This record gives sequence, C-alpha cells and structure tokens, in this order.
Amino acid sequence: MKRFGILAALFGLAGMAFAADTAVLIQNATILTITNGTVKGSILLQGGKIAAIGDKVLAPPGAQVIDGAGKYVMPGIIDCHSHIMAEAINEGSVSVSSMVGIDDVLNPEDVAIYRALAGGVTTANILHGSANSIGGKTVVTKLRWGTSAEQMKFEGAMPGIKFALGENPKRAGAAAAFGATTTAPRYPATRMGVEDVIREAFNDAKAYQASLAQYKAKLAKNEPAIPPARDLKLEALVEVLEGKRFVHAHCYRQDEILMLLHVADDYGFKIRTLQHVLEGYKVAKEIAAHGAGASTFADWWAYKMEAQDAIPYNAAIMVRKGVLTSLNSDDAELMRHLDKEAAKTVKYGGLSETEALSLITINPAKQLAIDKRVGSLEVGKDADVLLYDGHPLSNFSKVEKVWIDGHEYFDRDQDMNGRSKKAIEKKALTEKAAPAGGGRGGQGFAAGGPNE
Amino acid sequence: MKQKLPGILLIPLALASLSAPGLLAEERGAYALRDAKIVRVSGPVIEHGTVVVRNGLIEAVGENITPPADAWVIDCKGLTIYPGLIDALSNWGLTNTPPATPAAAGGRGGRGGAAPTAPVTVATPVAIVSAQPARGPEDRPSNAAYVKAADQIFPNDRAIETARNGGFTTAVTFPTGNIFSGQGSVIDLAGERAGDMVIADSVAQFVTIPGGGRGGGRGYPGSLMGVFAYIRQIYLDSEHYKLARSIYEKHPEGLQRPAYDRTLEGVLASPRVLLPATRDVEIQRMIAFAKELKVNAVIYGGHEAWRSTAALKQAGLPVLVSLKYPEKAADSDPLAEEPLRVLELRDKAPTAAGALAKAGVKFAFYSDGVGTPRELMRAVKKAVDAGLEPEAAIRALTLAPAEIYGVANRLGSIDKGKIANLVIADGDLFADRTRVKYVFVDGGKYEPLPEDPATRPGGRGGRGQGGPAR
Repeated sequence: MKRFGILAALFGLAGMAFAADTAVLIQNATILTITNGTVKGSILLQGGKIAAIGDKVLAPPGAQVIDGAGKYVMPGIIDCHSHIMAEAINEGSVSVSSMVGIDDVLNPEDVAIYRALAGGVTTANILHGSANSIGGKTVVTKLRWGTSAEQMKFEGAMPGIKFALGENPKRAGAAAAFGATTTAPRYPATRMGVEDVIREAFNDAKAYQASLAQYKAKLAKNEPAIPPARDLKLEALVEVLEGKRFVHAHCYRQDEILMLLHVADDYGFKIRTLQHVLEGYKVAKEIAAHGAGASTFADWWAYKMEAQDAIPYNAAIMVRKGVLTSLNSDDAELMRHLDKEAAKTVKYGGLSETEALSLITINPAKQLAIDKRVGSLEVGKDADVLLYDGHPLSNFSKVEKVWIDGHEYFDRDQDMNGRSKKAIEKKALTEKAAPAGGGRGGQGFAAGGPNE
Repeated sequence: MKQKLPGILLIPLALASLSAPGLLAEERGAYALRDAKIVRVSGPVIEHGTVVVRNGLIEAVGENITPPADAWVIDCKGLTIYPGLIDALSNWGLTNTPPATPAAAGGRGGRGGAAPTAPVTVATPVAIVSAQPARGPEDRPSNAAYVKAADQIFPNDRAIETARNGGFTTAVTFPTGNIFSGQGSVIDLAGERAGDMVIADSVAQFVTIPGGGRGGGRGYPGSLMGVFAYIRQIYLDSEHYKLARSIYEKHPEGLQRPAYDRTLEGVLASPRVLLPATRDVEIQRMIAFAKELKVNAVIYGGHEAWRSTAALKQAGLPVLVSLKYPEKAADSDPLAEEPLRVLELRDKAPTAAGALAKAGVKFAFYSDGVGTPRELMRAVKKAVDAGLEPEAAIRALTLAPAEIYGVANRLGSIDKGKIANLVIADGDLFADRTRVKYVFVDGGKYEPLPEDPATRPGGRGGRGQGGPAR
C-alpha cells in the first residue's frame, strides 16, 4: 500500500492524470482524419485513445464537450528531425559516436517543448547532431510537457541512430566547431573518407558480431572461453545490421545519397530515412527503390555549399516518385509552424491538402514505424489531437488545444490568461533576490536591473 | 579551567616531542569534559553530563560519570559538546598549501622545493597525460579511478587547520578534476603523518562531469552524452574485467591473458560512487542511471532536490547537499532575462535540505569549495531558516555522512567506543556569535585561535599555537 503510494506520487503527474482524464467530445467540427477523408461531425477522446469519429457521437457521462463549429481537428504533428530537449547535440570528438545516446540527456523542462506543442507538434524524433559520419543514438518522444524524461519517450518506438554525410562530418577538426575543444584534426576530411569511416565501422561491427558467435560456439562445446567485452559503440551498429535500429542519415547531395544507399546494400542494412536530402528530387527513384524515407525542408536551403542545388518542389517530386516523404524542422523555431511548411507543398508541386498534411503526420509516423499508434485520426489510435481555429494549412489559423494520449497539454486561452500570473511570480523572485545580492559588488544591480 | 590530576601526562609529552612512532595512542591521554550540554546526535541531548575521552576514543558519556583519576578535567559549564563535524565531500588535506614550511619535497607539478608564495586553493587534479586526444573509452580518458585520497594527503595543508578551528574534525576528501576522479577517503583533520589521519581509505569513487559536459578535455568524451556513454562503458568493462580475470585464473593455460587495467581496478575497489546532480532533471537522470548501472550511488549537488524528494525516497539514494548555493554570476549580463526556473532555483536552494529531511531522504552537507567554517555555518543556518530542523542540520554534518559512507560505527555521534572527535562551543553551533572553544580530533585537544583576521596578519604567523595543546 505504502509502496503504491510512493509510486503514485512518482508517476502522479502523468500516469494519474491519464487515469483521471475525462473524456473529451468535440462536436460540429471539420475533422481531417488524413487517412479516411474529412468528416463533418464529432470526435471522442476517451481513455487516452480516439474512441469514436462520426456525424453524431453521444457524449459519455461526465465528458467535456467542446463546440467545434468553424474549427478543425487534425492529428498531432510529427517532427522527424528535432534537437529540442537535448542537453547535448554532438559528440564531436570522434568520427563514430554510436556509443552515445540522446536519451541520456533529455531535458523535459526545455521550454521549446511547450512552444512546439503550441505549434501542434505532439511527437518528435530527437536526433544526435551531424558532426560524425556515424553519430549517436536517437529517441522518439511524445511532448508530454510537465512529465519526466522517461515519460517523454515514445514507448515501444524503434530506437534510431544518426548518420551524417558531406560537409559536417568531413570538416577537419570538426569537433572544435561542434563544441569540443580538441584542436586535433579528425579523420575524415573528404566525402571519400566519410564512406570509408562508415564501412570500417561496419567491418568492426561484423567482427564484433562474429566474436560473440565464436564465444557462443566455444561455450556450446564446453571449452573455457572469456566472453567478448560488451562494446556500446559496436553494439549499436550490430543492432543496425540486425534491423533493430533505424538509420536516420543527414545528407544533401545526390552523390553522397547514392553512396550511402550502396554502402547499406553492401552490408545488408536499410537506411530508414534520409534527412534534409535537398537533392533527393534528383535520385528519388533510387531512394524509393531502396525503401528509404525522405525527410526534408519545404524551402530552407543555401546556408552552405552543399545545400545550394535545392528546389521547393523537392518534397512533391519525391512523393510523386513513390518516396515516403515528410517535412521536418531541425530547429526549435521552425518546429512551431510545420503546418505552414506543409502548406508550401500545395503551392510548389501541387500536392493535395491531405497529401500536404500527410507530410507532417502519417508519413513521418510511418518513417518512425509508429503509424499504428499515431499520425492519423482513426478509432483506436492514440488521442494525439489538435484543435485549430481554422484550416491548419492557412496562415491565419492557430492551434487552440493539444491533446496527447487524451490529456490536454496545451490550451491557448489558458496560456494567455496565465501569462500575467507568471510575470508577477517572476517579478517577485527577481525583487526578492535583489537585496540579497546588494552587498556583493554590483550584484544588486544585476538582479534588480531594468530587464523587467 | 584545567585541573591536572596525577602527572602521568608528562611522560607522553616528552615522547611526543621525539615523534616516537607507535606511541600516538598513549600520547592522547585522558580527558573528562565535565558539566556540559552534550548533543550526542545518536540519542537525546544530555543537559548536564560528562564525556570521557581516552586514547583517542570516547570512553564514557552520560550524566553521572565520575572523571577518572588520571584524566585532565575540563570544566565545560555553559558549553555544548557536539560530535566533530564532517565535510561529506571535500578536498581538505589534498591541497599542497603548506602553512610555513614546504611540504614533502618532490610534490606534484614540480612545486617541490620552495613554498608557493600565493596560496593554492584548488586541489591538484591528477593529470591524465596523453599525447593524443582520446579516441574512445578504450583510451580511458579522464580516468584516475585508481587514485586514492589517502595516498595523496598533505598533513600540512592549511585547509586542515582552518576547518578544524571551525569545528570540523573529519573530511571525506576526494581527488578531483577527472570524470573518474578517484577514491575518497575519510580522514581526521589532525595528524603529523598522513597515515595517522586516515579512518577509511576508500569509501567512494568521485565522478564529475568536467565543464558540465560541454567537453573541455581533448578528445573523447566531448559532450554530456559522451560522458554518460563513457561511464556506462567503464562499468560494463569493470564487470567484464572481473569476470575475465576470474575465468583466466581458473584456466590460465590456453586462454589469452586479460590485460591489467588500473582504472578498472580503481572502479572495482570503490564501494560506492558519487554522481553529480543539482537540478531536478539531473537528479532524476542520475537516479535512473544509478539503477541502470546497478551501483551503490550517492547524489551530490542537490540544490533542486526539493523537487525530487519522492523519486529520491523511492530510489533510496542518499544526497550530499552543497553548501555553496547558486548565485548569479558576477559577470553575467545584467540585462539578460532569466528563466523563472533559474530564479526559483536560486531562491529555493536553501530549502532542499529541509525538504529531504521531511521526506525521510538521507542527506549530508558538504563544503563545495566554500572557504571557511564560518561561511559554511552561515549556509547551514540558511537551510535551518528555510525549514530544516536544527537537530537534522547537526545530523547532516555528523552522523548522516558517517552513515552514508559506512563509518557510523566509529564516527558521527558521541557514543562509547567511537573515535573521540568532538567540538566544544560556547553556544548553538549555528549562531553567528558562537565560538568554538575546543576541538578534539582522535582524542587530541586543539584550541582554535580567534578567527578575526585582524589578529592573524598574513594568516601564517604564530600558527604553531594552533597545534595540539597536549
């Protein structure tokens, strides 16, 4: 009993809230299911799931009923490439950093999470940076603001790993540019070298795999043997070889894209997604043939040499060529208007509204293999739902409410109303701190300065 | 007011001047501290009682105790006896800051000969020298797990006397400066030879995250997640090392010999590990990490632990609470807007100890670089003012650290048989006016000099008088 009490206190924030969440019924709304057309009617969120969608849905007793007249409902946005809530981005000291993992350094209190929620994002793939040919392990999260790092993790989602090609990993001494203070130049320094690093790493991984098998064989024969030491770096790559870890590869140019697909074919693994992939439109057929997904920007480019040859039609062309395509943010600010990024593909490339919205919902869900749970409004799926005051693809529309697992994590009115209270709280703390610092060499000024 | 009974003490005094080895215990003699208020910590306060000290140990404590015939009797009327204070995470005794004469020649960093003119206030980190940046965990970067504080003690370290004068008799002192900084030792803050000072030579491995994880060394690891991956790999390697060596010992013929690894030896020799965590996010992270590593962990930092009490209680992890509260950096941008969370952390850091006490989480205080005992006491007082019971505050400086480090059977309270580490003050320990009258370390009596800096020009002259008054 006592034990339960402690547990309840521990997981109280989210777990208990879910249990206590009342059902939510949104009536008279335009419901963009993404996978099953548009429904004018009601949607019921109950027990963390989407319980019903239809013209008429009866409100269960005690349900919160929201009038959705003139409003739009759509599934939560999924960002396949983000770095929010990570307290470290790059382990830039080595060319292969598959031993490190973003899931070790999640900060569930990063305010970017809340701001992304305000933009309608409910799920984000948190990636390691692009300083390494083979970077660190990645993690899929749900933006359950106010819970712990552990509860942010998308339970059951396939873990991933970041690869990176081109300028970032080949920049000699890249580590210095990515925060580490090493000044030693680091191999590789060319695109050829990047390929070599990846191949060598997988050669090592295969040798590691073999040493494990050899040990098992010896054990089976009752021969004395010392087990190989676990190697976290190679373990992650063995998982890639065994299809237990998705590869998300940062890339820009068509040549490096083709190179990576060849390397993957040679070693018998799959590239799950190509990230950025600004020249994907040139090799869309090859990408589709490999079965890789593509996660790109609508119109963000030219920030470096390798990102020059880009066009706004990239996403649409890849969609038309049969590539599973998504739009991502790679940026805390862009993350807040992925809906508007999707809208650009209607203008550039002529995608339908549903196809455009698919780029930020069901497609990234498929890329992350979480489409059984999220990515569209279907009965039985997680109640990760957005309420808009207008069509999501319109520049004039805003997200009003966000639910994840049927729990409300964002409410625009509440946010606006709460701002003055927060300001008062902050002012009080600032003023309280001011006299304490007064005696210590100008700290009083610092604390009580004119920033309020 | 001293009353010397028989002249037995004369002989040990003569021996002491010859520094005769092996006779220390006798030198300490016997003392009866009479008519004092005794804060035992392990039990109720004795309003008027006597503590008898002999041969470095507490021989008796209680209300109706007749001072033994051979003991120095010290009238403690109006004074309060506390167990000697313990700094639960310290570098006292490890700084090569000799008061007057150079410490052992050939010390670290080529400082051997002359005494430094400026005081060295930072513990000398054990330098991990390598020509190349580390390529991965296999190069064992920033790993001095094998270094033991007990082997690095400078008995002349100025910090020892400063701390002792303020009532600190004991420090759990750690080598520092590396991710695996080395093994901490419980030392008494008095002694002529390092070996005499050591109570327990290896009580914990000190893990730090240099630069907060933003890199800072050359090579791997260069990020916070790199540090986590590195620590994880080291613990995996330690387990494997143990296993590989045991298999090899059984079948040395026909098996490849596992290489000797001093860093893994050091990790395996450490009965517990200290993990840094100040913010709630970090505390939650370290709780999960400790569970994953299956290590006996102690969290240190703890300023935001008032938010983490339930999780800490659930995990059963003790916390060392830093007495260096967060402050706005003196050189910070006065116009920069600070997040509410940061302001709140600064405001509420002194409440952490009280919250932990209320939740039943074991915790102790540590100095964290705060210079003087007076400042440390002020910081403890802040915690008391913020809701910590004074008894719990005393405990966090005495019995609690002893329990956390597994030395409560010899330290931390005023009980028969324990090491005679005592502070005798003329009032409540946390009151600003209170003065420490006597300090007993290992049964040796010390009388602090007045703390007023004006009476101690340069801080060096006349230091000899602060030595044992025995």
